Amino acid sequence: MESLPGIVQTLGVLTNFALLGTTRIGGCIRVLALQGLIIGSLPVFLRSGDLELRVWLLVGANVLLKAVIFPWLLLRLRARTGFMREVEPFVGFVGSILFGLAALAFATWLAGSINAALIGRRFVVLDVAIFLILTGLFLIVTRRKAVMQVLGYVVLENGIFVFGISTVVATPLLVELGVLLDAFVGVFVMGIAAFNINREFADVDIDKLDALRG
Amino acid sequence: MSGFLVAVGLLLAGGLLAAAFGRRSPGLAHRVGQAGAVAGAAIGLLAAIRSLLLGERANLLLPWSMPGGGVHLGIDILSAFFLLPVFGLALLCAVYGRTYLTHHAATRNPGSLWLHFNLLVLGMALVVTARDGLLFLLAWEVLALSPFFLVGYEDEKAGSRHAAWIYLIATHLGTGFLLVMFVLLGQLAGGSDFAGYAPALAARPELVPLVFVLALIGFGSKAGFVPTHVWLPEAHPAAPSHASALMSGVMIKTGIYGLVRTMTLLGAPQAWWGWVLIAIGASSGILGVVFALAQHDLKRLLAYHSVENIGIIMLGLGVGTLGLAAGSPLLATLGYAGGLLHVINHSIFKGLLFLGAGAVQSSTHTLALEQLGGLLKRMPRSGFAFLVGAVAIVGLPPLNGFVSEFLIFVSGFLAVAEGSGRMAAGGASTLVALALISGLAGACFAKVVGVVYLGEPRSAAAGAAQEVPRAMRGSMLVLAALCVLIGLGGPLLLAHLGPLVSEVTGVGIATTDQALLPMARALAFAVAIFVALAVLASGLWRWRTRRLALQGVRSAPTWGCGYSAPNPRMQYTASSFADPLNRQFGALMHVSREIEMPRGLFPGAARLETESDDPFHHLLFAPTFRWLDRLLNRAEIIQRGHTHIYVLYVAATLLVVLIFSILTL
Amino acid sequence: MKLLVSWLLPLIAMLAAPLLIGLINRTKALVGGRRGAPLLQPYRDIRKLLARGAVYSDTGTWVPQLGPVANLAGLVLALLVVPLAGVRAPIAFPGDLVVVAGLLGLGRFLTLLAALDTGSSFEGMGASREAYFGALSEPALFLALAALVRVTGELSLSGAYARVDTELWANAFPVLALIAVTFLALELIENSRMPVDDPTTHLELTMIHEVMVLDHSGPDLGFIHYGAALKLWLIGALLIGIAVPVRSGNSWLDLLAGLAGLTLLAVLIGAIESLFARMRLAQTPQFIVAAGAFAAVALVMALR
Repeated sequence: MESLPGIVQTLGVLTNFALLGTTRIGGCIRVLALQGLIIGSLPVFLRSGDLELRVWLLVGANVLLKAVIFPWLLLRLRARTGFMREVEPFVGFVGSILFGLAALAFATWLAGSINAALIGRRFVVLDVAIFLILTGLFLIVTRRKAVMQVLGYVVLENGIFVFGISTVVATPLLVELGVLLDAFVGVFVMGIAAFNINREFADVDIDKLDALRG
Repeated sequence: MSGFLVAVGLLLAGGLLAAAFGRRSPGLAHRVGQAGAVAGAAIGLLAAIRSLLLGERANLLLPWSMPGGGVHLGIDILSAFFLLPVFGLALLCAVYGRTYLTHHAATRNPGSLWLHFNLLVLGMALVVTARDGLLFLLAWEVLALSPFFLVGYEDEKAGSRHAAWIYLIATHLGTGFLLVMFVLLGQLAGGSDFAGYAPALAARPELVPLVFVLALIGFGSKAGFVPTHVWLPEAHPAAPSHASALMSGVMIKTGIYGLVRTMTLLGAPQAWWGWVLIAIGASSGILGVVFALAQHDLKRLLAYHSVENIGIIMLGLGVGTLGLAAGSPLLATLGYAGGLLHVINHSIFKGLLFLGAGAVQSSTHTLALEQLGGLLKRMPRSGFAFLVGAVAIVGLPPLNGFVSEFLIFVSGFLAVAEGSGRMAAGGASTLVALALISGLAGACFAKVVGVVYLGEPRSAAAGAAQEVPRAMRGSMLVLAALCVLIGLGGPLLLAHLGPLVSEVTGVGIATTDQALLPMARALAFAVAIFVALAVLASGLWRWRTRRLALQGVRSAPTWGCGYSAPNPRMQYTASSFADPLNRQFGALMHVSREIEMPRGLFPGAARLETESDDPFHHLLFAPTFRWLDRLLNRAEIIQRGHTHIYVLYVAATLLVVLIFSILTL
Repeated sequence: MKLLVSWLLPLIAMLAAPLLIGLINRTKALVGGRRGAPLLQPYRDIRKLLARGAVYSDTGTWVPQLGPVANLAGLVLALLVVPLAGVRAPIAFPGDLVVVAGLLGLGRFLTLLAALDTGSSFEGMGASREAYFGALSEPALFLALAALVRVTGELSLSGAYARVDTELWANAFPVLALIAVTFLALELIENSRMPVDDPTTHLELTMIHEVMVLDHSGPDLGFIHYGAALKLWLIGALLIGIAVPVRSGNSWLDLLAGLAGLTLLAVLIGAIESLFARMRLAQTPQFIVAAGAFAAVALVMALR
């Protein structure tokens, strides 16, 4: 089917909206896993012809990291920091969905303008990439809970990854793995930090850290 | 043209005579003032209709003794189109006005009221027909000043005075922009006649965007665009109802007229104009209806709905402008036709609703929604007319509101179906905005009609209401009949809008007719469906009534879920009805809540009071004016009060001017 | 032949609409382990109501009597304009989508007024909720229609739906899938099905539609129930037109496909009602806005 990349893109966009509109942390983590699966497998659908081994390696590493390891880390973080269930955002869910629509429109317009300005080369899934980055930033800024902020960081990283593969140019495997390692270390370190803070101030919610102001 | 001049003369004469007799014999003043208004408006209306039917244009050119400018009046299709609501609504409001004033404002000086009412109509008529910049500004000023006296007619109340001042300041701020624009145009064209503006601008295309923006702000503040709408909800409720109807129904449309007329002078529009108009339309429309939902006062609510409908008009004009800029005459025609038709439609049903509010005020002496109720039983005819107006303003079939909204919706769908990505996005924004506006307007008017006319009366005053006299009812019923007529006769009207749209957009008449004819046909199908709806509904009603006659009908108290002593205060209030929507849009509004919860096991008294302030007034204009006030207070040092200092100022200024002119000789 | 089937369509709709409600109730009963009422029970209920006398509230005027009559008339006439899958509607013209939305809006407005005229606080509450959700679902409906118009290039419902065949599905799968999801959500919202509203609740404080009709009885209540069935059919037809891309050219085959689709839809709604709990009232606006978001994404996808 010619529209297979289109379907995958639509699913990616929909997972973003699901992250913006879901009220439970567990649900968000599951949607994140799904998004990791979809985004991780994008290179398979975007490159035509026979695929080299390194592409499959890349896809495998991405899917493993984003659909399995990151969600597991997040679930652990949630379990160790009080097992909160509700997302508790600063901006309400309706407002989040409306922001999502505005971000999607902006991303589409921006991608269209950039593609129109380029001669010869087209960036394929640029609008999905920009939308993911904007959603990730929005989640980091407007969600109270630390778990949700780490989740937003992972979404941001997903967006950067999609941005990278949208150029449809073969980058060295080392670079791609390096980006992944960076993300992995980031999540891991944030998880450890959050856990330790929670352990240190045992009966204080990790999100009330601003009480430490002098 | 001679008919028009006679009309203007009658209006002026009636007003002046009424002012002369005002104090000594109020009854005579009323009669004379009303006669002048009715006769003038009737003759003017006939002249406008004749001009439209015969397709005539008229021109009058006279010199005058002022330096610059001249008396240049012209009636072309656009002017005649706008003269229809000016004179038509003025006629009905004048008929309504005398009875209303004698009931409600018997102690006021009728001379002043009729003089300013007639001057208002006069001003509007001249604005719409002026073809000279200076004359336009003069007429605009007359138009601006006369409502000041109408708005402040209850000048012993601080609220009325405050509203009048807000109105005056707002209109003059807008006029400031218009002054700059006309001076600029006059400089370019070397004269103040409109005929010179278009060629002069064609020679200097880089100034066209500036003129557009000046016109947008200047005329937009009169029309009530957000954020310059803050004077509307203050001024319209404070005026007597027949004047509010005229102000809301027609005066704000002169802003639209000015904008459209300016755009005809500017040549081919650019795409960003269309986007700006759509943005203004969407924001005015949505914010207008959202603010209206939070109001407790009937006339204030209706004033906010005027802001909303101006938004709808701008949505139509915006899509049309997008079509013009993109070279799609079909889209341009439909968009402009929808927007311009909504001008007439709105003046009809908004006039009707304000007259209805006046009837409510005259019977119950209150406009607070929470004190009314059950008025349909006590005022059946005016209530029915108000209901018709409410169905029309929500844009429901089969009335006239649906016809213009249909055109705007179809133009939006057309833009989505056939346009490029940008145009389709513009069309989609229009569709979403208009759909949201209609839904919210439906909620708001369900609240208004439901709380004011239906249910049980919530206060003694509402319980004691009486039907209003025939003159007041008559005007309302005529307007309601017009709503139905235009609704059902939409296709016919549409087929004849070609020349008007052609003159406004510059698209050829053949093209506009060709675009409008299939729409008229489509609308004819729709009207056929609505007629079938009415037939089916009446058939069902008759079947049902006959059936019930056999089976028996009983009357019983409303089901109160087992509560043994329901009273009218237990009905859903207007605030409660609108509360979910107010909370949803709470970020846009500024609501202050005062609440006293019931305490204890057996709840006693409880209280909830909400006050919603216009956030633009509260957060934008009021602080700006306070800052300006503080700044200007510092300039007080110049005014010491000693006359010799002032003489010193005058002498110093003269000296400086003398030196300056000698140096530049 | 096509014309004959087109004119037969509204008649079939008027006859078969209550059967959809019967199917939904039967599915719910079977999923719940009961045998359930007969499939034709809604017909018997409506006939019973039409034969009864009425009790009217002494607070009301003629408005509560007008509401059900006008609502039903509007829905019957909307049937003339809405196609079912490959069968065109008898009347089609550019802009008929606006007319359908207008007729639904008229019915809703008059129902609100009828509820408010009884002076009951419960009915006022139901009217308030209905007004709220109706205002939020209008943009969602128009966005879905806009996406459909964009992807088919047609301005009339019959024209647009005639183009939704398997080829269009292959080309524009994401768009059509999202539009279908939006219409399914709208079907649940407009007809007050779970998870938006529980049609079998007895508590007035939790009702939306049922509480607005508390003071209606006899033929008026019959009209209301019949109208509810017609509304289910109407919006269901909008959904089935997209979900069932059978455009064989043979009108009878298309009609059969459409009717089969509606039957499956009724079973699906019954299953959804049985498997989902009702949402918190504060979450319903999110649900409606989410449906609108689906339609907006569909439009954005269609515009690329």
